Amino acid sequence: MARIGPEEVRELATLARLQLSEDEVVRMTGDLAAILDYVDALRALDTADVEPMTHAVPFDCPLRADRVGPSLSLEEALANAPRREGSFFEVPRIVPVAGAPEDEP
Amino acid sequence: MIDVRGASAVALADGVRAGKWRARDVVDQYLDRIARLDPALGCYLLVDTAGAQRQADAVDAAQKAGRDPGPLAGVPLGIKDIFCTRGVETTCASKILRGFVPPYESTATARLGAAGAVALGKLNMDEFAMGSSTENSSAGPTRNPWSPAHVPGGSSGGSAAAVAASLCAGAIGTDTGGSIRQPAALCGVVGMKPTYGRVSRYGVIAFASSLDHPGPFGRTVEDAAALLEVMAGLDPLDATSIPQPVGAYRQAARAGGEGLGGVRLGVPTEYFQAGMDPEVEASVRAAIDELARAGAKIVPVSLPHTKYAIATYYLICTAEASSNLARYDGVRYGHRTAQARSLDELYAKTRGEGFGAEPKRRIMLGAYVLRAGYYEAYYGKALRARRKIADDFSAAFAACDAIVTPTSPVPAFKFGERSADPLQMYLADVYTVAPDLAGIPALSQICGLTQAGLPIGLQTIGPALGEEICFRVAGAFEARTDWHTRLPPEAAR
Repeated sequence: MARIGPEEVRELATLARLQLSEDEVVRMTGDLAAILDYVDALRALDTADVEPMTHAVPFDCPLRADRVGPSLSLEEALANAPRREGSFFEVPRIVPVAGAPEDEP
Repeated sequence: MIDVRGASAVALADGVRAGKWRARDVVDQYLDRIARLDPALGCYLLVDTAGAQRQADAVDAAQKAGRDPGPLAGVPLGIKDIFCTRGVETTCASKILRGFVPPYESTATARLGAAGAVALGKLNMDEFAMGSSTENSSAGPTRNPWSPAHVPGGSSGGSAAAVAASLCAGAIGTDTGGSIRQPAALCGVVGMKPTYGRVSRYGVIAFASSLDHPGPFGRTVEDAAALLEVMAGLDPLDATSIPQPVGAYRQAARAGGEGLGGVRLGVPTEYFQAGMDPEVEASVRAAIDELARAGAKIVPVSLPHTKYAIATYYLICTAEASSNLARYDGVRYGHRTAQARSLDELYAKTRGEGFGAEPKRRIMLGAYVLRAGYYEAYYGKALRARRKIADDFSAAFAACDAIVTPTSPVPAFKFGERSADPLQMYLADVYTVAPDLAGIPALSQICGLTQAGLPIGLQTIGPALGEEICFRVAGAFEARTDWHTRLPPEAAR
């Protein structure tokens, strides 16, 4: 039985902010189903008394001293921006303009 | 002046330090080879001619003035395009990062530069290090110098192929599921993945943070050891880097020449099973016999959870990748779609246009396994299986000092042979993923050639912080054989 269908793939793509063409949805559905079938082998493994391993080595989350150090300048931080305005990254408007049509860019 | 074809990095550095030849002449020889040979091989995404010549001149000036030019003086290196290099475009072979010029330098490349090494340019890879053949690069594939019809392996295929073809004296890469060792095996060079945290990940573009291991490629075991000695060590900029002192890796590599008396080498039965190419099996078994003649005691060991490693790996790495790749949103750097009317549309179109098929697949799979309701059944289960796989190694190392296995079940495959089926490509990592899950060091070196002239890789796995035993075992094999001196046809030109 197929465990993942095109509907769920479209929903996941929306959640992942990933635009997929219809061809990509079809292909992705098949690929994910095959991979999920493969990883099902893990179900045979008894892990009831096993602690999840979140780090490869013992790790105690060290904290650095809370001191201000050198950091990137504004110009360096903005140098790769696809679009900028002054000292800001520019993006499409997210707050509607009062009285303007809904899809105003 | 030395001929750089097949030259070792440490020999080049020794000559520069002794004033026998200039770093600039060494670098110019490599730049000339790249100009002549790389159009057919496709190792480099970017060649930084002016930057490399400037760094080489600085090394020569230091040497001439009597200042120490560093242990890697004038060693020309290729840098996998996953390492951020200040002022030099870094794309991870992805369209979504095209044009990205990092404002900072990765710790690994900064340390190599401070040791006198010279960065020649940025090397090709599978997009975001996702793949085992370099076919997933948005810039097109790299060819295997031993046979242009075959893949170089991946994801650090450009790094392995460039070292094999003497288009650099050494290289660096990253290994998340085998991405250093598998291409090293398929191209017949040395590739070393150290203990997790041994080399800082600062400035390394993240794929799966709990699994990403930066490491070196060399023509010889000592070359790889020399690079690792410089790259390794605690870094305040990476909270997961580890504080233990860096070992004497070069010395360990050389000590291998004196034999392996007192060393117990484990051979896991689970790594010699159906699906392995018979020429690979014969060659690796002969290599193990050679290690026994060097004085090692061969002991059978068992890693019973090996069969779960690929599934565990792909659940964890896709979950982490899905989170890490969320940062590519078209706002702060890289590609941005030309046509978005809203912020949501900007994100979705930018990402749909910018990512290739494999990152898309992994983002989707990662999003699926992290979903509320599925999380414990997939991601939680995989984290528990990861512990079982790591425990297998701990148990095995009670009976042996290092483990020897094939690196890849098959030699280099042809373009297109596996790329149509993502699962088939994933299975190419069957012998390399487990050491990444356990975070333990592992090295690949050449131990033979097939009838068709393709390299075969021998993998040596050590316990956590056991880099020295890996280098010693590999050094012993290298001292007793001459496989590492063979040059691929493409390098002889």
